[in-house]
Amino acid sequence: MTAASDTGRVGLVVVSHSDMLANGVAELAGQMAPEVAVLPVGGTEEGGLGTDYGSVVEALADADSGAGVVVLYDLGSAKMTAEMAVESADDPSRYSVVDAPLVEGAVAAAVAAQGGASLADVAAAAEGASGETPVAAPSRPALHLVPDAVSAEVLLTNEVGLHARPAALLARTVAELDADVVVRYGDEEANAASVLALMGLSAPGGKTITVIATGKDAGEAVRRIEELAERGFDD
Amino acid sequence: MGCTAADVVAALRAAAAVIQEHRDELVRLDQAIGDADHGENMRRGFTALLSRLDTEELATPGKALKLVATTLISTVGGAAGPLYGTAFLRASAAVGDAEELDCELVGRALQAALDGVVARGKAVVGDKTMVDALTPAVAAAASVNGSVAAVLSAAADAAAEGAESTVPMVARKGRASYLGERSAGHLDPGARSTFLLLRAFADAAAKA
Repeated sequence: MTAASDTGRVGLVVVSHSDMLANGVAELAGQMAPEVAVLPVGGTEEGGLGTDYGSVVEALADADSGAGVVVLYDLGSAKMTAEMAVESADDPSRYSVVDAPLVEGAVAAAVAAQGGASLADVAAAAEGASGETPVAAPSRPALHLVPDAVSAEVLLTNEVGLHARPAALLARTVAELDADVVVRYGDEEANAASVLALMGLSAPGGKTITVIATGKDAGEAVRRIEELAERGFDD
Repeated sequence: MGCTAADVVAALRAAAAVIQEHRDELVRLDQAIGDADHGENMRRGFTALLSRLDTEELATPGKALKLVATTLISTVGGAAGPLYGTAFLRASAAVGDAEELDCELVGRALQAALDGVVARGKAVVGDKTMVDALTPAVAAAASVNGSVAAVLSAAADAAAEGAESTVPMVARKGRASYLGERSAGHLDPGARSTFLLLRAFADAAAKA
């Protein structure tokens, strides 16, 4: 739970009926995004189950570094409390209450925010995270067929392979560059911008993935991913 | 003769007493199809309201309604907090700075409250929520042209019927919706508390 002050990144507020649940989700999402303020708000003032309007209002302000805040919620009344808090803010447009699965949405939003994405893009990342394995849809154009694509076979030298933290590192590396990157493992492809899609590949340590990049920084993207893998994802 | 701020405060005190009286009943209703917190949430909210009514200076009916809104929003933990909070906030805005409420303003306040609840909770008639009590109440209030007491009494009668109509319904909103068909056969606690509040307001207006 980093303080929001001058990180310049979109912040996250996790509103749950349960203090433990809010904290757990914030811990999980925060692990993927060390420089993003992920603030949990859970339970009533007396420590019971419920949502406390005043605490949500405070968390919105605390999580806002200037780039805005994405708000995730667990059940119906948490949504209503969040929406009221946003409506009562001086500038409601700085806050976005998203309809997303709480855990997957928080993780996807945190990684997008860590990569410096805008409020709208962080919100979209959360909303795009479904409970299903988010491997790239087949309708997506196959990037490896694009003529100027740069690709490389990359050996996963670390023990856990493309697990949560390495996947987050890879997604962050790509997010900084002007490149569209696809990672292929076996028959499946994942958009490298999506940490959940990368994790969905279930590529274990000792195996080889194929990285295919297009765009202005395609070469740089592939080079950085190779470096990352050579370092064993700093595990 | 209209309702002054003092009349509104008296009605709110009466409503708080009714909510306290019916706390256990609302808990039981919510136990059947929800998370069993509605009675206690409402009791906590209206107890907090009572103590604020003692200390706040309330010059107009609108200010009193706004105090209800801010108190309920910050003290009721469940869905009822934002929903009733929004209802009273919109009602407060609808009556503006009026010194007294006449039947037309009360009708407008009820309509605004309903619009607020619908906007906040996205429920419609038939979803087994407080909207099922509030919607017929607003319609009944609009059809009466008489004293404030008569308007509120008609609204409360219609709310009673509307609340009863939730018994056979299958919930489509809120925690009860997770029960699906099993939610049928139970009175919705939010519809019940909406009726209780309207009845308390109507009784207080009749005494004023």
